[in-house]
Amino acid sequence: MKYLDEYRDQAACQEYARAITRITTRSWTIMEICGGQTHSIVKYGIDELLPDKIILVHGPGCPVCVTPLELIEKAIEIAERPEVIFCSFGDMLRVPGSTKDLLSVKASGGDVRIVYSPLDALKVARDNPDKEVVFFAVGFETTAPANAMAVFQAKQQDIKNFSILVSHVLVPPAIEAILSAEDNLVQGFLAAGHVCAVMGYTEYEPLAKKYNVPIVVTGFEPLDILQGIYMTVKQLEEGRVAVENQYSRAVKREGNDPAKNLITEIFEVVPRKWRGVGEIPLSGLGLREAYRAFDAELRFGLSGKSVEEPAECISGTILRGLKKPFECPVFGTVCTPEHPLGATMVSSEGACAAYYRYRRIQNQVKS
Amino acid sequence: MDFSCPLPINNYPQILLAHGGGGKLMHELIEKIFMTSFANPALETRHDSAVLNLGNSRIAFTTDSYVVHPIFFPGGDIGTLAINGTVNDLAMSGARPLYLSAGFIIEEGLPTETLWRVAQSMRHAADAAGVSLVTGDTKVVDRGKGDGLFINTAGIGIVEHNLTIAPSSVALGDLIIINGDVGRHGIAIMAAREGLAFESEIESDCAPLNGIVLKLINSGLRVHCLRDLTRGGLATTLVEIAEASHLHINIDERAIPVREDVQGACEIMGFDPIYVANEGRFIAFVPEAEAKKVLDILVSDFQGMGSCVIGRVGGGAPGLVTMKSKIGVNRIVDMLSGEQLPRIC
Repeated sequence: MKYLDEYRDQAACQEYARAITRITTRSWTIMEICGGQTHSIVKYGIDELLPDKIILVHGPGCPVCVTPLELIEKAIEIAERPEVIFCSFGDMLRVPGSTKDLLSVKASGGDVRIVYSPLDALKVARDNPDKEVVFFAVGFETTAPANAMAVFQAKQQDIKNFSILVSHVLVPPAIEAILSAEDNLVQGFLAAGHVCAVMGYTEYEPLAKKYNVPIVVTGFEPLDILQGIYMTVKQLEEGRVAVENQYSRAVKREGNDPAKNLITEIFEVVPRKWRGVGEIPLSGLGLREAYRAFDAELRFGLSGKSVEEPAECISGTILRGLKKPFECPVFGTVCTPEHPLGATMVSSEGACAAYYRYRRIQNQVKS
Repeated sequence: MDFSCPLPINNYPQILLAHGGGGKLMHELIEKIFMTSFANPALETRHDSAVLNLGNSRIAFTTDSYVVHPIFFPGGDIGTLAINGTVNDLAMSGARPLYLSAGFIIEEGLPTETLWRVAQSMRHAADAAGVSLVTGDTKVVDRGKGDGLFINTAGIGIVEHNLTIAPSSVALGDLIIINGDVGRHGIAIMAAREGLAFESEIESDCAPLNGIVLKLINSGLRVHCLRDLTRGGLATTLVEIAEASHLHINIDERAIPVREDVQGACEIMGFDPIYVANEGRFIAFVPEAEAKKVLDILVSDFQGMGSCVIGRVGGGAPGLVTMKSKIGVNRIVDMLSGEQLPRIC
């Protein structure tokens, strides 16, 4: 397929892997921020092409993973109400709360629907004026413009039976949280290409400088990722620190202005709790005062039940790049995609779920 | 009588849609509830149809229910599916399908014309597959208690060869051949259901496979196993066969045919085409020495023009399926829990 096959070409990928090997003189730990990249790395086996000295660790950039358990509980509480049609992207439905997931709410009679865009949820609201339609607005800067557009249109068109349950998170504060920790191991970052397609990468420049760490804006196909790693390693080996753009076919330094303006119109920066990590200051988006009427949390007056994560789960250390899924004693035994204990196993893009799915029995794969 | 349910009901006190999705949860349900309740040698073969000795004849017997929504979709409708699905399950035992039954569960309010159209397409599909619909049943349920129309078909066919076409016959070194591109049915249904528009209309691959399979069997070539790829797609079928045969299967991602429009739709939704449903595709496990002849026969048939080798049965970990990815690295192919869900980003 055009524009895809070129980026999955075996010969080109192996050529880049050899180039990385050639320039690597010592061990480097590089984190890909985004779950989509983690998924690609494990699915295609990109890390197995790399020299042993390059250690890839997997960051917190999976929105499904980092959505706090409390918010899942709130989603379930709303979805169970008889007057509600609860709309969500598909992969949020399987994330377990403390006793059940949204799919179980659906099985018990709740009206839970998979939509492909928040604007589809807005249409559901228009078509069902006697129902309350709630959209589960999760995601990074990538999904923020579309969610902002849904709220913007709801206000413009005076659609009163629509609201969103917001759990938006931002990438740069997460990078800062990882880098500022005393036990940080990460020496270089692959930033998420789609996030930067919206936001640009000027926000990353002061971070690179302050923490002396190369950041390369990287795409999602195998060749993108290998090229991103090559550019990061090259900087590290040469002792340079800069924000570079591997994904120039989609990303401009300043990003997409109309999308950014829309986000700023609807949302403001707020503190957010990240599942597995904890609260990070100014790391999320919430609805601005002028749009609070569309905030499902306020509309339904939710109790805000506090939920404890299982003590065995080490997803916090995995999300910060300190450990790998295989180092977890309950990986693949007590904790599986069917019965996930924590953040990194709940979504197919979580590091643990990706390892489980593609290399559960690693030695056997190599045989 | 034992009324304590063997499923871990703490986790699933209710049946979820995923229990019918063709993945791990469905297999758990079948193993823990149905296999436990009905265990017998014919059921134990876990094949698409049961092969039974009746008098001097060997008979293949199968049943399947059709709940597809929407009823009509590009490339077919619930009626063509109901005929071809059961015909194909019989064909996968190498049987010649003969007679089908049909049970209709109709929701009050269904336009009579819809039922007529479905009946007509069933007749056409039955004619094309050379089977007769010889008995049936009709029930009407209250409005809201059915999704327009559900159909169950059962079928019998006669087995006229002495091969044991089953996972137990799969052997080390067998090549795995597929009869064409994967993922078209699932994407066609999803596009019709969700109103997703792509540049070109993607049509279901729904088709009867008894003709092409009988050509293969009548050629006298040794066919070790056949399996049609339905729910759960190519990946799930391969895992089922690897587990049932206790052998290792390795496939090559680059060899698996996927049409460009289907690939594009999968990219948009974050799906892997090897897990997407098909209704006119099957895989054959054959000895390497006969693979060339098998391919020659398959590509000469309209239903097998896109046939190709996608992998082989290897000496790795028993019960495991691995795939050489597009960039040349091996990884596990696992069964999913339920259906694939569209991703956020």
